[in-house]
Amino acid sequence: MGSKAVLQVTNVLKTFGGLKALNNLNLTIEEGTVHAIIGPNGAGKSTLLNVCIGQLTPDTGSVEFDGKNITGLEPHEISQRGISRVFQTPQIFEELDILQNVMIPALAHLDGQFTFNAVKDLRHRDDVKRAAMEIIEQMNLADQLHDRAGAMSRGNKRRLELAMCLVQKPKLLLLDEPTAGMARADTNQTIEILKKIKATGMTKVIIEHDMNVVFSLADRVSVLAQGTIIAEGTPAEIRESEIVKEAYLGGAKI
Amino acid sequence: MAIFSVVVLTMPLWMQPFGAAYPDILQKFVIFGVFAIGYNILFGLTGYLSFGHAAFLGVGSYTAVWSFKLLTMNIVPAIILSVVMSGIFAVAMGYVALRRSGIYFSILTLAFAQMCYNLAYSVLTPITNGETGLQLAKSDPRIIDRLFSEAGEGLPSTTLFGIETSGYSGFYISAVIMIIVFYISLKIFNSSFGLKLKAIKANQNRMRYLGFNTKPYLLSAFVISGMYAGLAGGLLAATDPLAGAERMQWTASGEVILMTILGGVGTLFGPLLGVIIIKYFENIFSAVNQLDLHSLYAIFPAWLENSLVAISSLFVGEGWHMTLGLLFMFVVAFLPGGVLEGLQLIYKKIKTRLIKNNKSTGTDTDTKQETGANHGE
Repeated sequence: MGSKAVLQVTNVLKTFGGLKALNNLNLTIEEGTVHAIIGPNGAGKSTLLNVCIGQLTPDTGSVEFDGKNITGLEPHEISQRGISRVFQTPQIFEELDILQNVMIPALAHLDGQFTFNAVKDLRHRDDVKRAAMEIIEQMNLADQLHDRAGAMSRGNKRRLELAMCLVQKPKLLLLDEPTAGMARADTNQTIEILKKIKATGMTKVIIEHDMNVVFSLADRVSVLAQGTIIAEGTPAEIRESEIVKEAYLGGAKI
Repeated sequence: MAIFSVVVLTMPLWMQPFGAAYPDILQKFVIFGVFAIGYNILFGLTGYLSFGHAAFLGVGSYTAVWSFKLLTMNIVPAIILSVVMSGIFAVAMGYVALRRSGIYFSILTLAFAQMCYNLAYSVLTPITNGETGLQLAKSDPRIIDRLFSEAGEGLPSTTLFGIETSGYSGFYISAVIMIIVFYISLKIFNSSFGLKLKAIKANQNRMRYLGFNTKPYLLSAFVISGMYAGLAGGLLAATDPLAGAERMQWTASGEVILMTILGGVGTLFGPLLGVIIIKYFENIFSAVNQLDLHSLYAIFPAWLENSLVAISSLFVGEGWHMTLGLLFMFVVAFLPGGVLEGLQLIYKKIKTRLIKNNKSTGTDTDTKQETGANHGE
């Protein structure tokens, strides 16, 4: 490790009323790592991701991606630069079928910015379809290709959303509790899939409560409490850390 | 597509049994068909409910009549100009209204259309001729026509290179245009553009986080549907060269929403079915009077006849709105997919029954359309 930083969050402050959700937070995500962010409820984990994808603009501080400042950019601009996010509640196109759900992000790669090229007939988009099919097969969803996405189980919806993000081949993938609310079997399957992606060298940030997931996937772990990073290190170091135990067992809770 | 064209062009034949085979109402079927097809591109695909599309219909009509007055009685420049003009209006209105979504978008479009309507009655009277409506006059310049011939006696009529565009020829010209624009909307529905619009309807935030700038997509859908409305307005003027401000009132926008929902939002044929049903009610049902009812129930004894007439007269003639309202309530409550969904259910039931009887099935859009008109009775 010690290679170049993909994401650099510098002195970010974000307040909601009087509450400091992010309190001068600094975070560096290095290229090719799987970086887990853990912390008690209300520590600011989701706020951090929202700031990274442009859903929220920080009050002060900056977010740099790939060496360029992305603070204050529109969500679609940030996405086009290569950040994808899997949400805590799956954000998919419920009315469309699975193939369409994955084809749309694949199309974004071609014409996310509006062009009249976009009026082209779908039948000529063989390459888009091929890319979509490849990911759908990886996610074991190929047998339900033309099912309405909204009718699927929660676990499948999550996998579909993951497929939608992966088909874009992002430089940085943000995962917000990818296994929350999943049955044990589904969780294991998701871990397997995430391990497979890890092999491709894609940089990932995972927010997770399930320590099994964290310790089986992450290269580095940051602990977030009351809007700041209170500890950072390898999974083994974090497991032994006194500060972390305190943050989880009491005292630092908001 | 071929079947669809045949069905549309033979409307004068198969509309006969329903008493709707005269050019005036047939023209309305296809012209409002254009309007509804266009409206469906916005409402059906993106889910944005516009209350302002009547403004484009009005703009299209005024533009066409002005083209008849100033340029030529030929409908080609009139129609092209009305599409362009309504497109320009749609860009302006869409640019402002699309800053919001949901109910706020609807209210902004409503405000814009009502503004157009009121301006047409007041400040813009020199252009719109206020309450009287914009009409042709003998003294109109008609520059292009004058190059070729002297002004004749009386008012000239609208033509398509010499073919008069009223009556049946007006219907056929409008029908051909409707078939063309239907084909275009079919292409839009099946293109990746159409897919993205559907995705915006399903989850606009997701689209943003996938890297789509959704504004231009919405604006182009809005402008396309505005141009469809302008085309319909131009055609209305082409078949009857008169433009009044009442065409721009919000009730006209409401009517196209009713048509689209009644027929089936987001389906290809649904809006057309809705148009036929509503225009049929408006023109045929409203014309039924007490005498017609008496002759209809003549076979019953007098006391029964009279009470039947008393009950049914609530629903026909002046009361056609009530029948339509009840039908609309029924459709929204039980068939959210519109009349088209109902027809598909019936079609499926018939099909499964036929398969049970080991018979081959041979249903096409023709029978679908016919049953659609039956529904309207």
